[in-house]
Amino acid sequence: MRSAADRRAVLLQGLGLGLTAAAVWWLARNTNVSLAQRGLTLGFGFLRHPANFEIGDTWWLAFSPADSIGRAIIVGLLNTALVSALGCVLAIAVGFVAGILRLSPNPALRGLVRAGVEIVRNTPLLLLLLFLAASLHALPPPKQALSPVHGVFLSDRGLVLPAVSIGRWTIVLVLAAVAALVLRRRLGERWWIAPAACAAAALVSAIVRPPVIATAHLRGFNFAGGVTLSPELAALLAALVLHQSAHISEVVRGAVLAVPRGQRDAAGALGMSRWQTLRLVVMPVALRAMVPLLATNCVSLIKNSSLAVAIGFPDVVSILNTAGNQTGHSIETMLIMIAVYLSLSLLVAAALGRYNAHLLRTGTAIS
Amino acid sequence: MSGTVRPAARTSSVATAIRRSFATPVAAVITAIVAGIAAAIVVPLARWAFVSATWSGAADDCRRAAGGACWAFIGHKAGFILFGLYPIAQRWRPGLAAAVLVALVVCTAIPRYWTRWLLAAWAAGLALAFLVMHGGIGLTVVPTQQWGGLPVTIMLTSLGLAGGFPIAILLALGRRSRRPLPRAVAGAIVEVVRGVPLIAVLYMAVLVFPLALPTGLSVDKLALAQAAVIVFASAYLAEAVRSGLQLVPPRRLDAGLALGLGWWQTMQRIVLPEALRTVLPSFISIAVGFFQDTSLIVIIGLFDLLNTARSAAQDPNWLGFYAEAFVFVGAIYFCGSAALSWYGLWLERRMARVGSGADVRLPLSLTAAVPPE
Repeated sequence: MRSAADRRAVLLQGLGLGLTAAAVWWLARNTNVSLAQRGLTLGFGFLRHPANFEIGDTWWLAFSPADSIGRAIIVGLLNTALVSALGCVLAIAVGFVAGILRLSPNPALRGLVRAGVEIVRNTPLLLLLLFLAASLHALPPPKQALSPVHGVFLSDRGLVLPAVSIGRWTIVLVLAAVAALVLRRRLGERWWIAPAACAAAALVSAIVRPPVIATAHLRGFNFAGGVTLSPELAALLAALVLHQSAHISEVVRGAVLAVPRGQRDAAGALGMSRWQTLRLVVMPVALRAMVPLLATNCVSLIKNSSLAVAIGFPDVVSILNTAGNQTGHSIETMLIMIAVYLSLSLLVAAALGRYNAHLLRTGTAIS
Repeated sequence: MSGTVRPAARTSSVATAIRRSFATPVAAVITAIVAGIAAAIVVPLARWAFVSATWSGAADDCRRAAGGACWAFIGHKAGFILFGLYPIAQRWRPGLAAAVLVALVVCTAIPRYWTRWLLAAWAAGLALAFLVMHGGIGLTVVPTQQWGGLPVTIMLTSLGLAGGFPIAILLALGRRSRRPLPRAVAGAIVEVVRGVPLIAVLYMAVLVFPLALPTGLSVDKLALAQAAVIVFASAYLAEAVRSGLQLVPPRRLDAGLALGLGWWQTMQRIVLPEALRTVLPSFISIAVGFFQDTSLIVIIGLFDLLNTARSAAQDPNWLGFYAEAFVFVGAIYFCGSAALSWYGLWLERRMARVGSGADVRLPLSLTAAVPPE
């Protein structure tokens, strides 16, 4: 027998559902009218039409204006993926170093790093990005390029780095060795055989086809050889890494400070040095507390990479926006944009849920 | 008396820091390296910003004295950077509106003022600020296309958070509801908004939402952007409120219901005050984030503080002085964010001191109806 409260709740929810449906229907009808007035119909057919716009930065996938809009979006996705992957790795590396330095017993060192972190954390990312983009464009032309390190050139054409070409098999074998190390628990008692074999094979492959480092050199008005990051890409990457690493340094610092003091004292009593204590006792515990926060920081870096549109780097948001403006299909392009970012966020949320469950199951969670 | 004690304590902490910086030979070497790096950054910066800077004159004076900052440019453009395209003779109006909004924010920060009157003050202050900015009743009407600069940044942030807060409470309560419909709707809104970049929400508001309105009805672009910021803020605040609600022991709700209070009354008078109090510091860090993130409206072509600075630097008469413009607005953003963060830390310490805060009253006057203990 249902209570009066339950019946009322069902009634109210029915009413709410009805109102929501009515609102959605009303908005959809208006949208249909507006689209009809513009002579547009909803649908993803426009993805096959030629794009008719240029893309400045293309990695891995060639693109010309005659190619389809769908291909342009994939180029944008690859650009977002490139910035996100490089950005996350670099931001975590820089953030770790900054976070550890902020725990140094030396007040001068601590103070210097803290000043940098505070400046970055208290100014908008977009300001940093616009400033870096403007600064890179204001650099001298390639003939007077700045060269802070041998083989690295900074000019108004962007950042030029030496190209390292490594044999395909060497890369595959190194990755296999790393994978085997990560999965060592699943490999049984003689787990070391697989990574050792892969590493040895990688070494042989590297000797047979040694890695080549090609430094760029000036030819005419531009650089030849090497890898060139356009000013937009270099500015975007630098801004994202600076901004996110400042936040990550706080995460690292907080996680290390959260490790109970007794554990550090115990390690000290066992005769471990400061560095050993950090590496063998504090970090393993702190890392577990950090992983979810590092993951959310990476997700926000990926979402922040959409600021590319402000400086004209063709990431997925920028290309979807261009395509939407040109064809009038902004509803469809917005749907794609939301789908891309939402699936990423949900994927990370699901992975974190599994990781937390794993920590709880193995009893390695702290606090 | 305390006047004589305090400086002494401070010098001693500086002395401790200096002693620690040179405690061992290794520490001394590290300190020397740090000092070198700091000098390599600070000395050229100081030379640029002060020593060889040009403080007055025109662009040509700056170009002649190459190598230093051109603060003359800021002197010329400060009005535009702070107030955008607002008619020059009327600039006192955005100035007054910004001052009113800042005063409201400052009052909101003082725990003693957390009463029902604060809500009334906000309503009156917002109405006044809007009236002064927009015009009417004797003042010339200035359309929102001419609004810009600092007032827009402050308005987007404060109104975004103030407007997002009640929605956030509803969303958080919805997500924790036993009923499927509110749980599904609130969950979907929060997850979708938090899952996409702010730019996507802004594009939705400016490009897609107008298509869904009846033909002939057009909404102001700045209002759309403000609505997008409110929606975005509400999703982030909702997660903070939800985590606060999770920290309230369920027996509080039971106790309220047992006393014969209704569910809404129990929430309003017992559960929410406690929940919101525990997550006040995370509200502050969300506020800091939003103060900075409102700069994204640059991308949809509205003129906030960052965009006015950028356009000032693109003035053909003053080309090349972008660094001065960005440093100027960067300093404004820095002061605002640092003040907010500092306030958050102060609040946290205060809460630690007064426990869960018997005397910490709440915004929205949620506790105003609670009889004194």
